[in-house]
Amino acid sequence: MSELLGQTPSQTVGPYYTLRLFKEGENVLVPPGHPGRIAIQGRVLDGDRNPIEDALLEIWQANSAGRYRHPDDHRELALDNGFTGFGRAITDFETGEYIFETVKPGRVPDAEGAFQAPHISLIVQGRGMLNPVFTRIYFSDEDEANRDDLILRGLPAARRGTLIAELVETAVYRFDVLFQGEDETVFFDF
Amino acid sequence: MSEPVIRHYGPKAYADHPPFSYPDYRSTVKRSPTHDLIRIVQTLSETTGPGPAWTEISEEDTDLTTNTGTGSPAIGERIIVTGRVLDENGHGLPGTVVEIWQPNASGRYAHWRETEFPAPLDPNFVGVGQCLTDDHGGYRFTTIKPGPYPWGNHPNAWRPAHIHFSIMGPSLGTRLVTQMYFPGDPLIPLDPIFNSAPPHARSRMIATYDHEVTEANWALGYRWDVVLRGELATPMDERDD
Repeated sequence: MSELLGQTPSQTVGPYYTLRLFKEGENVLVPPGHPGRIAIQGRVLDGDRNPIEDALLEIWQANSAGRYRHPDDHRELALDNGFTGFGRAITDFETGEYIFETVKPGRVPDAEGAFQAPHISLIVQGRGMLNPVFTRIYFSDEDEANRDDLILRGLPAARRGTLIAELVETAVYRFDVLFQGEDETVFFDF
Repeated sequence: MSEPVIRHYGPKAYADHPPFSYPDYRSTVKRSPTHDLIRIVQTLSETTGPGPAWTEISEEDTDLTTNTGTGSPAIGERIIVTGRVLDENGHGLPGTVVEIWQPNASGRYAHWRETEFPAPLDPNFVGVGQCLTDDHGGYRFTTIKPGPYPWGNHPNAWRPAHIHFSIMGPSLGTRLVTQMYFPGDPLIPLDPIFNSAPPHARSRMIATYDHEVTEANWALGYRWDVVLRGELATPMDERDD
């Protein structure tokens, strides 16, 4: 096997990353009035359950037809003009709340030829985090699809709920990210 | 219907990265997972990622000494920082967005949260830029050498001079945010953030002074390559072929 180059170590984004890594509006993936528009909001909580007031959240998702805007996704499904599937949000310095406005993604293939439940990939970083953490946002009104989802099924039953965004009012979901404790959010390695 | 390409990326080499919790950097203690990460198979959700779409809508902004639009240049030691973004197999990654941010020559960030350090702001420097890598993965910035600055982690704590780098790469798992340090900086061995990386990997974060990059009567040159996770040369399930 040929020798690999060593990966450059990860370092924290620190407290000043909003100079570059967040611009107003980057948390809004679809314009007002867009069909199927949803909001996902919540907080990022530390090991003492204090809100992390300077977290960076990045999402990556398929569009409502289930297609990723990516050169590897050649499937003959519609791409929406202007919908990248990428968004950035920061937690509010006072309230600790973040919000994304987007659409619920369609289903994408899993590793065994079936379809995954609708989900959004989420990367969380912040001051005091030396590595990003990777998780997924699923939806509480997709019970049936969630039950069949290969990745959810592979998790200890008691922890699956940490990945389910709760529908709290019409088209508004709540999803908190928790570090540490019994109810810590599931974080992935892949 | 044409099938999507499912690539096989090698694992994040956690042994080459800092731990999540590193008590010498105090803020990590409560902001780190305590359960083990859960290993999942890579699906299209992991092997794709926002990099290419982000590239489509990003523009180059590579001269931090003049990009405030004031018409006057920033004050400080003008430098060129250049290098390549590579994967582990040594392939340059073209068309990848490299975003950077940094303090000015006196170590002051142009950020509302910096209220403690009484160093001057430079009205001609905001300290942000971005570059799209060329066909060989190359990037190049002109900027001001950042100053060291104090922080509250421990008594008389100072961060060595550094530039923050954020890179998406081609897939979700190639996402990397890191910091580039300067050779010979006496603060480096005292810095818990630098030291959070395992000893064998720390030097990968330090740029090299390169006289070939230095431009006469203009700017000193530094070279720094960044290595992201790459595709496995041979997918795991074909190793016995």
